[in-house]
Amino acid sequence: MSGNLSIEGRARMDILNAALSAGPTGAHIAPSLSLVEISLAVLGSRNDCDSVILSKGHGALGYYAAMHQLGVMSDDEFQSFEKDGGLFPGQPCRNDNDKIEYSGGSLGMGLSYGVGVATAKKRKGRVFVILGDGELNEGSNWESAQLASRLALSNLVAIVDSNGLQSDGVCMEIIGVDYRKVWSAFGWDVVECDGHSVDELKRAIGEVRERPTVIFADTVKGKGVSFMEQNNEWHHHVLNEETFNKAAEEVNAHYGE
Amino acid sequence: MANNARMYSLLGQRGTFGVKLDEVANDNDSILAITSDLTRTSGLERFFANHPDRSYNVGIAEQNSIGFAAGLADNGYVPFVTTFTNFSALRSNEFIRHYLAYMKCNVKVVGLGSGFAMELFGNTHYGVEDIGAMRSFPNIEILSPCDGLEVAKCVEYCAETKSPVYLRLSGRANNPIVNKDPDYDFKPGKGITLADGSDIVIYATGSMVANALKASKQLGERGISAGVVNMHTIKPLDADLIRKNCGAKMVVSVEEHSVIGGLGSAISEVLSSQRTHPPLLKLGVQDRYIKAGRYEYMLAQNGLDVPSIVESIAASFDKITQ
Repeated sequence: MSGNLSIEGRARMDILNAALSAGPTGAHIAPSLSLVEISLAVLGSRNDCDSVILSKGHGALGYYAAMHQLGVMSDDEFQSFEKDGGLFPGQPCRNDNDKIEYSGGSLGMGLSYGVGVATAKKRKGRVFVILGDGELNEGSNWESAQLASRLALSNLVAIVDSNGLQSDGVCMEIIGVDYRKVWSAFGWDVVECDGHSVDELKRAIGEVRERPTVIFADTVKGKGVSFMEQNNEWHHHVLNEETFNKAAEEVNAHYGE
Repeated sequence: MANNARMYSLLGQRGTFGVKLDEVANDNDSILAITSDLTRTSGLERFFANHPDRSYNVGIAEQNSIGFAAGLADNGYVPFVTTFTNFSALRSNEFIRHYLAYMKCNVKVVGLGSGFAMELFGNTHYGVEDIGAMRSFPNIEILSPCDGLEVAKCVEYCAETKSPVYLRLSGRANNPIVNKDPDYDFKPGKGITLADGSDIVIYATGSMVANALKASKQLGERGISAGVVNMHTIKPLDADLIRKNCGAKMVVSVEEHSVIGGLGSAISEVLSSQRTHPPLLKLGVQDRYIKAGRYEYMLAQNGLDVPSIVESIAASFDKITQ
């Protein structure tokens, strides 16, 4: 059945299958569904000299699914998701096979590292840092943003998975800052695009720029499964046979080619 | 190595660090200096002037300084990151855990003004909990040099080794000279026995090594034979030496750090695993914050000036030998 699906659909089926096999410990399902197209676009745009830093570690499963569908990760590797002592736990961990470059999970850390990598690359390679919108609450991001601007790192691109939700609820209700203005005040170029269009994301990523750039990718948490969409119960949740079948049916209906 | 002991003493540990890093960077293009707005305080003015393309003031932003350094380290550079000990080890603590301990990035964190060196800046600027905050992290070596020559040796070692290091600088300008021979044998992880003693072994680190030597002399005049070991490396701790010295009647730790979590705690962890071991007297900063003052005042208030060290050791020794 999944043979007739688009790559976005196949990646979503990967997420659902992995969450089902994770069993009663559950998985970060909705943040991963939100991150599918961003991961496909970034991994599909990167050159060998580029770096990808997944600071929003909670979306790891979406990122792994994209790696799997793009052939970067083998079937066996993908199926090792959240296995005890495995290489691909719930939050990404830099590992010996170099498939994961950065250990994520503690929020507000990835951008500082990205600024360092971008400085070291001196425009000979690009650095993509994937952030969550809730993650922007972390003050450390702004320490990094000001330095990136000061160093005029035109090879640095931050992509914000802007789904409007964080662990406890709606971002605009919890803190309520429009961070687009903050990035702009810090001297970054701010771009917006549809975070569920790989083509739009790739266009935004590919533009040559003179300043560090942040792409606000407008996304839907839980994208592709109606009962998970914008429903924070599915931030980290257990998938059983019944909910899996319902979710798979919707993905197959929406993402058939 | 040229004998710069006197110059280093005048400069103090921070000044020595800056001079030495500049020197090392002349032969090693990968060395970087990163500071959170403390270029001058870190002794890095010369480095910044001589190597402008390898110098970064990231602003007063200590967390970012660690992540930034980590990104550079993973691309072949050897960054030395400086700020006051309390801000590096404490403000940036989780960044250090993540990047140095967990991801093993080759970053050297340099803690300035450890202990009471910041004098009347007060408790916000004292660094007396840093070892405790760093010691439970895997993969990070903790160095605590006792004088200028040792700072220079530590900087050379940090530049060469590929692993993360926390370098704890203590004392003020006019740092006492402990090591007179510039070619003395410095090996990270190996304590240096500076004086032999048949009754007591005093383990001291950083600024307290000089005081321990003076105390040992005065104890000798009272008929108590106290040896002194320079524990310049807190982690990995020289457990072999501590086990070897278990025949002493008493052991003492002296540090310009809290008695909780520092050298004394580390030594007690080794001793307690022995079937029999001598009692340990832990001299250090007591578990409280007191009103700020000048360096000597703070040492005296915490029993870390030479007369207090002598009295504490003599009193304890009397008790156990009665």
